[in-house]
Amino acid sequence: MADQERFVDDAMEYMPSLYTAAMRMTHNSADAEDMVQETYLKAYRAYGGFQAGTNLKAWLYRILMNTFINTYRARKRRPEETDVEDVEDLYLYHRLVGSSGSQLGRSAEEEVFSHFTDEAVKTAIESLPETFRMTVLLADVEGFSYKEIAEIMDVPVGTVMSRLHRGRGALQKALHDFGLERGFVEAQPL
Amino acid sequence: MSDEGRTAPPSGPWGAMDCAESIHRLYDYLDGELTDERRRELEAHLDMCAPCVEKYEFEAELRRVIADRCRDRVPSELRRRIASAIDDERLKNKS
Repeated sequence: MADQERFVDDAMEYMPSLYTAAMRMTHNSADAEDMVQETYLKAYRAYGGFQAGTNLKAWLYRILMNTFINTYRARKRRPEETDVEDVEDLYLYHRLVGSSGSQLGRSAEEEVFSHFTDEAVKTAIESLPETFRMTVLLADVEGFSYKEIAEIMDVPVGTVMSRLHRGRGALQKALHDFGLERGFVEAQPL
Repeated sequence: MSDEGRTAPPSGPWGAMDCAESIHRLYDYLDGELTDERRRELEAHLDMCAPCVEKYEFEAELRRVIADRCRDRVPSELRRRIASAIDDERLKNKS
């Protein structure tokens, strides 16, 4: 049993991560702030039941996800697109390196990456349907393992892997489309 | 479409990995989800395969860029509000 008096010391450090996740899910700071506050309050109330020494960050994320599903997703009237187009592995790599197989070169690659601004990356992630977005966020931004993600999202590990595979592909495609739009990536005949 | 297979070592008697399998395992590797044995096999392949290394480094760097550019700063007002809400809750429980 965790000590509720220790909650603030133990849990507050995760606020930047939780806030980032909330922002990617709600698209706006007002809803994100409310969601994080609600999460912390619920976590505080339930903290007595948390097993000290186990994965606090995953536990907090579980509460955040449930808060999102129950409070925010339920509110939306727009029907959610639930699937993404399946794209090939190394989608972005193949388009930057080019079909001829000529190497892009380290500095050219860095130059392309430098065009991916905060805004571009956030918009690309937010363009994914929610379940794919959350899965990619948990893996690639927060570094959770497949098993942890499965617990947070309450799905089998196989589902996590499948969503990651498709979500990452969709994210690379979104970044590539951004690059095409802004003209720092050339369309390649493939 | 690429030079996969041309410069990679052939499969050896210990079931050494070829490029197709190396790429197939790329994300599991970056996710830290390979078994020790598979990881060693893969690293043995990467030790000898520059094209695969290039792909791995690209994907690893892309992931770093995504994680890095995705961060938001917590508004200072939010921290205060949450700390205050928890305090209120604590006082409520005591009364």
